[in-house]
Amino acid sequence: MNTLMKQKKVDNKTSVKTDKKEIKHTKSEAAMDKNVFEVNNLNLWYGNDQALYEINMNVPQNKVTAIIGPSGCGKSTYLKTLNRMVEMVPIVKTSGSIKYNGEDIFSDKHSVEGLRTKVGMVFQKPNPFPKSIYDNIAYGPRIHGVKKKAVLDQIVEKSLRDAAIWDEVKDRLNENAFGLSGGQQQRICIARALAIEPDVILMDEPTSALDPISTLKVEELVQELKKKYSIIIVTHNMQQAARISDKTAFFLNGELIEFAETDKLFSNPSDKRTEDYISGRFG
Amino acid sequence: MLGIDQKNILKRIRGRVLLNNVLKGLFFASTTIGLIFLALLLYRILTQGIGYLNSGFITSFPAPYPEEAGIFAGLIGSLLMIAIVAPVAIILGVGTAIFLEEYAYKNRWTKFIQINIQNLAGVPSIVYGLLGLTFFVYMLRLGYTLLAGGLTMSLLVLPVIVVAAQEAIRSVPSDIKEASYGMGASKWQTIRRVILPAALPGILTGTILALSRAIGETAPLIIVGAATALYTLPDSLLSKYTVMPIQIFNWTGRPQEEWQFVAAAGILVLLIVLLFMNAIAVFIRNKFQKRY
Repeated sequence: MNTLMKQKKVDNKTSVKTDKKEIKHTKSEAAMDKNVFEVNNLNLWYGNDQALYEINMNVPQNKVTAIIGPSGCGKSTYLKTLNRMVEMVPIVKTSGSIKYNGEDIFSDKHSVEGLRTKVGMVFQKPNPFPKSIYDNIAYGPRIHGVKKKAVLDQIVEKSLRDAAIWDEVKDRLNENAFGLSGGQQQRICIARALAIEPDVILMDEPTSALDPISTLKVEELVQELKKKYSIIIVTHNMQQAARISDKTAFFLNGELIEFAETDKLFSNPSDKRTEDYISGRFG
Repeated sequence: MLGIDQKNILKRIRGRVLLNNVLKGLFFASTTIGLIFLALLLYRILTQGIGYLNSGFITSFPAPYPEEAGIFAGLIGSLLMIAIVAPVAIILGVGTAIFLEEYAYKNRWTKFIQINIQNLAGVPSIVYGLLGLTFFVYMLRLGYTLLAGGLTMSLLVLPVIVVAAQEAIRSVPSDIKEASYGMGASKWQTIRRVILPAALPGILTGTILALSRAIGETAPLIIVGAATALYTLPDSLLSKYTVMPIQIFNWTGRPQEEWQFVAAAGILVLLIVLLFMNAIAVFIRNKFQKRY
């Protein structure tokens, strides 16, 4: 009897929830799919130098969003603002708002550690820890409290498989990650980011230090990963952006010039400056 | 015309090559002079002290006759001293270094503190002796005890350890720190799991070299009242104590020539302990050194 009641209650609740969801969905459908990041009027200064001007940009969920632009245009700064890594530089000031899944990331309610657990990052230069491959991957789960060896073993294998490097390293998990090639190191770093099961992966020119074959592998990996994760990738390489991304943003001198579907941005840009850049007139 | 005049360059090249050779000779001479004096010192101490250096010398207390005198009290005193100085100075020193490098805001205050720590590393050791006398011996009423001496020595080596640990922490590449923060690690987690393991060889080497300095210091301990001749071992932190350099200093002050040989033997024991400690430092550095 009692259980039945409970069951009913639960049913009621879920039905209410689904109703709400549906309403929300129809509401946002006009505006397009769900966004992981909603950035409004973002300005950023390094000391007195302004690096980002009035950025408004919604990053879609489970898509690959590419950010292109010439050196010094603020694209890396923007990327690092999304997980607040930019605050590692103590003189940084920001204004405007960034919402991650609807919540303000600068709010005191949410810790920066929590944000970075959900929004992982892969850096420009492969930066494995000077530890074994196993310890590299297990680092994230360990700092978040996973202690059991069996669980860690599972996470390590799954992450390495997801990063498409398991077969190459499965026999030498206890060797130092520095013994691997640059391309392998970068995929170790991707696996390390996957091990804490983030929602979003920020990639800051992840292939700029890699050879063409490693680059190809990472690009294929990105295609595979977008099924589960939202990916934002900064790249110098316009072909790469065109190959792997769904949407592309073009930054210039700290401003977001254009943000559109990748096909549209490359075939039919609406801004003259975007056209000049992608046709190789500068940058 | 702008640009390089090839003719002029050829003319001046001979002068530059000559200058290079002259300077090379000068630098070689500097090295040689240092080595000669070191060799002389070792030779003199070895020839004078080796005759007195035997197991009896190491296991005996001071005695009125040179043949019976020993450095046992000083040797044990020095080791006990290190046992006090090491934990106190390492905890305070590495803690300070971590705070200054990782937690403190980089502003005028930290810069000011930074400069002062570096200055403290250069303050004459006798000044630390006076500080120890006022603070530990009189204000804290510790008296002329092993604890007072050990704490004074800890203060003496503290700035050296702070500076060495700061250097080591600073040399940890920032990209692996970012990797850790990027996964949601807190500052302390990053310090404990990434920064300290990577900085450990540098911290330990600097620390052991600082401790080597402490083991050879005499002046501050004379001021805070180390005993010159002691016929028992210290049995608690509040016992009287002596250390090797004090005993050596005492022996060299005696008029009979034989005491000079006893002092030389004492110096040999001190040097052996120092060499041993430096060997540990080198071993640690080679064993734990990480490559990036």
